[in-house]
Amino acid sequence: MRFSAHRLFFAWDFEEEEQWLNEMASKGMNLQGVGFCKYVFEEGTPGEYQYHIEWLKNRPSHPESISYIQFLEEADVEHIGSFKKWVYLRKKRSDGVFDLYSDLDTRIDHFRRAVRLSLVLLPLILVYMGYLVYMSIVLKGFWLSAIPYYAMFIVLLGCIGFGLVKSYRAYRRLKKERIMRE
Amino acid sequence: MENIALTEAVYYILLSLYKPLHGYGIMQNVDQLSNGRVKLAAGTLYGAISTLLEKGWIKALPSEENSRKKEYQITQQGREAVDREIIRLKELVANGEMVTGGGGK
Repeated sequence: MRFSAHRLFFAWDFEEEEQWLNEMASKGMNLQGVGFCKYVFEEGTPGEYQYHIEWLKNRPSHPESISYIQFLEEADVEHIGSFKKWVYLRKKRSDGVFDLYSDLDTRIDHFRRAVRLSLVLLPLILVYMGYLVYMSIVLKGFWLSAIPYYAMFIVLLGCIGFGLVKSYRAYRRLKKERIMRE
Repeated sequence: MENIALTEAVYYILLSLYKPLHGYGIMQNVDQLSNGRVKLAAGTLYGAISTLLEKGWIKALPSEENSRKKEYQITQQGREAVDREIIRLKELVANGEMVTGGGGK
């Protein structure tokens, strides 16, 4: 039986997202396809698969990504779908351990990119909020109809601010650990 | 000659490629060589292979018609890098044993 679920994960929440997918898989709900905030599951044997997601440097259609995914497929890894530069991968537990990265560097890189992403998004939202404030001053009665937008932007601002702090902390912590070990 | 410390992953990948192997074979070989201590992950292996190819320490073998799996083998340059690494590792062990009186038993 197939069913879909909708959930929003930010770029800095990839570890939580991966954990969620593996929890679903341990209950026999195997991810089959992905879209924007959309996850399609199919019921199967509990614990059959292990899932990983990865933030590629290039789009999945880029030759570099294609050759990488092909390499993974040779190691019995199945590519079940992509969203933007994110690829969703799984491997049957009976085919052996599935780890994508045994080094710290890639996790450091994921968080570094998440920091950069939130630093790009933050000013965009501030500019748009500034515009709303300006309009509310200039146009009478505008602020009333703009309340939902204010609310939306404050929530977004909170999420991105939180993501920035979280990614930066994770980045710093891993960087320090990197000094000690490979 | 550049004086660098190889990562554990690179060192074991190079050792694995004294005979031709494909990606998954390298993972299994490293696992066996290290008695299961070093588990190479697919993404790490892919990154290491690309870098080693670029450096010319390993080469991709022309693939056989019926096989889509690419095989790799170490080059002369790669062998020299392994030799240098063994000298470095010996120094680490010798100094460690000298100071601690040969613990680690």
